Amino acid sequence: MSDVVEKTLTALPGLFDSQTGAAKITNRLRQLVKSITELTSKHEEENLIKQELCAMKEQVSSPNTSMKQMREIMVRAMYCEMLGYDASFTYIHAIKLAQQGGVLEKRVGYLAVSLFLNEGHELLLLLVNTVLKDLQSTNLIEACMALTVVAQVFPKDMIPAVLPLVEDKLSHPKEIIRRKAVLALYKFYLIAPNQVQHIHGKFRKALSDRDPGVMASSLHIYLQLIRESPDSYKDLTGSFVTILKQVLGGKLPVDFNYHSVPAPWLQIQLLRILSLLGKEDQSTSELMYEVLDESLRRAEMNHNITYAILYECVKAVYTIHPKVELLEKAARCIGNFVLSPKINLKYLGLKALTYVVQHDAKLALQHQMTIIECLDHSDFTIKRETLELLFRITNAQNVTVIVEKMLDFLRGCNDEHTIIHLVGKVSELAEKFAPDNSWFIQTMNCVFSIGGDLLQQDVPNNFLRLLAEGSESKEEDDQLRLYAVESYLTVLKGHTSHLPQCFLQVMSWVLGEYAHLQGSVDRREVIRLLTQLLDQRSVSSETRVWILSALTKIPEGQTDLILHLAERLSSSQDTVLRQQAQELLHLSQDSQLHEWVLPRGAPWDAIEVDSSLSFLDGFVSEALAAGAAPYKPPHQRQEELCEDRALNLEPYSFSLPVSLSSCSITDRQSPTLLSVSSGLSGNSTELSQKAGSSTLILEGVKRVWGKDGYLPQKEATAPLVDEPSAAVQPPVQQEAAERTEPRPELSTRNQDKQQLASSLFVGLGVGSSVSLLGRSEAPPPRFRKKPRPHESSSSGTSEKSSGSSCRSSHHTTDIFLYGSFLEEEPATSKSAFDHTPKSTTANGLSQNKDTKEDKHANTSQIFGGDMVIVRPSTIQDKHPPSESSDLTALLPADLKDLPHSDVISLTSDPSLSLSSCRLFRDEALLLLIFISNCTETVIKDVAVQLTCEELKTASLRGNIVDCLEARSTSVCHYALLMDDPHTNVSFTGTVSYQTQPGHTNTLPFSGTLSTADFIRPLVLTTEEYGKLWLSLSHDVKQNLKLLTDAGDPLRTTLNALKDALQLHVVDIIGSEGIVACRLLSGAPCLLHCRVSGAALVMWLRSPHPALPDCILYHCQRALAHR
Amino acid sequence: MIKAILIFNNHGKPRMSKFYEHYTEDTEQQIIRETFHLVSKRDENVCNFLEGGLLIGGSENKLIYRHYATLYFVFCVDSSESELGILDLIQVFVETLDKCFENVCELDLIFHLDKVHNILAEMVMGGMVLETNMSEIITQVEAQGKMEKSEAGIAGAPARAVSAVKNMNLPEMPKNINIGDISIKVPNLPSFK
Repeated sequence: MSDVVEKTLTALPGLFDSQTGAAKITNRLRQLVKSITELTSKHEEENLIKQELCAMKEQVSSPNTSMKQMREIMVRAMYCEMLGYDASFTYIHAIKLAQQGGVLEKRVGYLAVSLFLNEGHELLLLLVNTVLKDLQSTNLIEACMALTVVAQVFPKDMIPAVLPLVEDKLSHPKEIIRRKAVLALYKFYLIAPNQVQHIHGKFRKALSDRDPGVMASSLHIYLQLIRESPDSYKDLTGSFVTILKQVLGGKLPVDFNYHSVPAPWLQIQLLRILSLLGKEDQSTSELMYEVLDESLRRAEMNHNITYAILYECVKAVYTIHPKVELLEKAARCIGNFVLSPKINLKYLGLKALTYVVQHDAKLALQHQMTIIECLDHSDFTIKRETLELLFRITNAQNVTVIVEKMLDFLRGCNDEHTIIHLVGKVSELAEKFAPDNSWFIQTMNCVFSIGGDLLQQDVPNNFLRLLAEGSESKEEDDQLRLYAVESYLTVLKGHTSHLPQCFLQVMSWVLGEYAHLQGSVDRREVIRLLTQLLDQRSVSSETRVWILSALTKIPEGQTDLILHLAERLSSSQDTVLRQQAQELLHLSQDSQLHEWVLPRGAPWDAIEVDSSLSFLDGFVSEALAAGAAPYKPPHQRQEELCEDRALNLEPYSFSLPVSLSSCSITDRQSPTLLSVSSGLSGNSTELSQKAGSSTLILEGVKRVWGKDGYLPQKEATAPLVDEPSAAVQPPVQQEAAERTEPRPELSTRNQDKQQLASSLFVGLGVGSSVSLLGRSEAPPPRFRKKPRPHESSSSGTSEKSSGSSCRSSHHTTDIFLYGSFLEEEPATSKSAFDHTPKSTTANGLSQNKDTKEDKHANTSQIFGGDMVIVRPSTIQDKHPPSESSDLTALLPADLKDLPHSDVISLTSDPSLSLSSCRLFRDEALLLLIFISNCTETVIKDVAVQLTCEELKTASLRGNIVDCLEARSTSVCHYALLMDDPHTNVSFTGTVSYQTQPGHTNTLPFSGTLSTADFIRPLVLTTEEYGKLWLSLSHDVKQNLKLLTDAGDPLRTTLNALKDALQLHVVDIIGSEGIVACRLLSGAPCLLHCRVSGAALVMWLRSPHPALPDCILYHCQRALAHR
Repeated sequence: MIKAILIFNNHGKPRMSKFYEHYTEDTEQQIIRETFHLVSKRDENVCNFLEGGLLIGGSENKLIYRHYATLYFVFCVDSSESELGILDLIQVFVETLDKCFENVCELDLIFHLDKVHNILAEMVMGGMVLETNMSEIITQVEAQGKMEKSEAGIAGAPARAVSAVKNMNLPEMPKNINIGDISIKVPNLPSFK
């Protein structure tokens, strides 16, 4: 039979030869393919392709190669690249082909470019001109190709160059061109949202385009925009509903039908958009009930694509504000999906259920038998989705069965991705719902041994933290720890060679910390077990370090064993191990030192880390005395380099090409930052909190929780004896396992399923409250972590202050670095503000007082050297003061004079109402949260906790109020810092309080802050501006709208920007203006504006790469909203 | 958004690959291998959806695939795409190929890699679905095809040659030979189960 193939293949050339020219060209490709398929090994293929590539290389560099041949070479190169071989020498020729070839060659050239190059590839710059030329071409096909390539790969920097041309195409007479232009703009929006800000109006035009195809492509953009900020597009809801109605009513041309369903993909998109718009918005949702109903009704034909529509529809119904009739219909649809014999529909049904159970757990009850069947389904995907569903319905009653099912699945699964994903869920469930200690530890043991080293690092971290921090009750914690120790000892006594490293690390840490709790086991036994691990070859060197640290912690009296071990290891090849062995040796010999370095029973928050390394001061001063050069931080060294550059006196010119300057110059620090920090270099103690003699020297000690300066809490009390020991396989779990075991008898199988069902779905029925609007209140997790109201975001350098914060255990403040903000006194109630908080200590902040004198005259004050900050006399507020503005009267006296925003209400419940107000201080944004007691009774223990990943909290005050009188208001301050600019940041938080003793309520709140809140004016002279301009590297250029409604457009526009963003207008010369601002007291940003026709060309520079983009974004918003 | 479109045969040989996000050359090859590994071990009677592997971006992404005779068509998409919608999009893609190549077979894809890419570009642009209407796609491709013919009258020849080969007597081609792929056509596109 194989001869047939041979014959065919030998016949092929003949066929080709009968043609001429071009046919011969494809010959090469055909030969290549043929020879590749004849090969048997990968190695041969490699050789062949290498030969081929060599031949191609020769060919492309020969001047005689015609365009046609080049085209053929490109196709071959594509083939080789597809097989994974590098044909990078052809890239440049692909660009050449697109540049110089006829239409046919161009097409291949563009195609090759889009396959070979990525957005960041440098060669792409060479393509820009070609694209520009083709975009202007009258040949439709050329324009199409150019648009396609622009949407596939295009350098971000060069978007401004093609943007106007692409925009023009939006009004092109041919619909295909308009459609491609819309998608190209969408692509631009995705990679550089700021650049297409100004054409949002045109998107709307595209949405109402007469051609449905163009409208359909604009939906891509709207889906994205609405996902980002649904509130801004609520007004379009009506239009989307109308469009969907028309589509459903068959108003589109028949061309759009697919299997006689009108424009199904369009419907899917519209449904998605509607669900985003209607989410948590009753009035908007009401607009779409009718059309959703119709959609559900129409989609009844039995074709795949109608199910796709139906699925989207159901999801939409469950996402928007609920309406009972629709929910009923949707639930029926889900039922049809789940019960469908078609496996794809079953899958979607399960997915829909997973989504829906968050709103209505009862629906899962209806389908419990199907769900159980799906658990044993042969399809991996279905099984996984079922487990996902079970995960969502887990509660304290069914957790053992569900976790058992998940672990069963995991044991038989070998897909890494799935394991990582599921194991995380199991540990989450175990932590949340564990019925008892033994089950929890056993489950975590399974997690560690199955997940092994694939585990995300936070799983073991969380587990250890939970063990270490414990809950409120010491006794319970110790029982848990004790159980862990016992179970690990049992594990270690068995075979250990197959255990994953991560599990070994966890075990050795726990044994090191808590082995002393277990009185009945000999210390020597523990040491022996751990030492045994050290001898195993499979144990990695990182794990060895963990084991050794554990051994260091198990102390006292066992000197002979330790000495033996230390001696053996001190000749190890691994330097870290050797070092640790030395430490071990020293510590074991000096029990006093041991007690000091590794204190047992010391609460973790009392440990201080001297992060300023002040204990080295003696060494430093000696070195200085001996003539060593003082230490300079890296940025200072860099500044000196900059200064050298600054002497070159480049002309202050604006005609540099933007893109080149932005990519070539390296990042440099702003001079302002440096002048402040240069004073810090010599002696570190100035900066540090004097820790005095209590400072611990922690060199060389392996810290598990070094990040937070955290050390585990230990119990000084004697180990508990009454704990039942060595209960390794608890009876509870065995029982559960037995229950889930499928029986061989067929007759009982069904019964088993029923039983399984009852154990799986327990707790979902009548007892649980079903709320449509949200998930019903989850039971409090069993293992609660200690509340840590103020988790410091600044890592390593942070320092836990002990002194005053010990007053309340909730109180830890990050005082390092922001020592000057140190204002820490828990406010009790409103009256607390009668006495002004002692305004700050130390440097810098004396200006706080100056402010009062200064601000009326609006004079400037000196700020850190030659830069001057102007405090705007008023902050423009767009909204009229609301009724809650009387809250501003509550502002503390020292803050009253600061410019501030309106008071906005955050959230409220029957007892408390929260509002916030932003105060603009030079060096921070003060976020004030007003907590008002709306009841006639006293509310106790009010604690505010605020989290925001992007911002740093410099200081906080008043976040704990012991007692809030009836009808009174307390104020909580957060001084927030923004280090990296983000266009908008959102914060979330909770207030917990007690109306009755022992009954804690929590009230969540959230809000957003914009960069504009963190922008402060930067005052400098034109000369300083010029100098600074040259030293900044990151720049962005963009055309903005010019406000032309007044006599002097430039001045009006700049004033508008100044009002909105607190910029400082340095100078206006003719048609150019220069403006300066900074991010709090950090990175400056310089803006250069020039009027060009009806637009304002804005050029921004800053030492911070992201700052110009952010400011630009807010400028655009400010101008657009006028 | 569509992240990648892959076509490979039953042996895992790539026949076309198009990535809409940037990956390094090595990662692309690994993705193809991993995807083939995931997809090929699945039975015929299971669903057409898969969670993406490690490389193609974790739980956000999913693989939606169809198996036609010797070829797997795999779309890797993120959560913003409808599963069933993409499944039918694959169908449209294959039907379009079938129309353009007059009974498409694996060989067509090999010899006309560029044409396949061009057809795809009319359907999906930069990861977004541009057109789902088969006749519209064919119109666009043919518009380019016409230009092709007018520019080089013989350019269409290879296609004719291949279809001539296809019409030869090959239906009993043994499957155990690698190149045996020629014989396996996409019959009348079995409609979705």
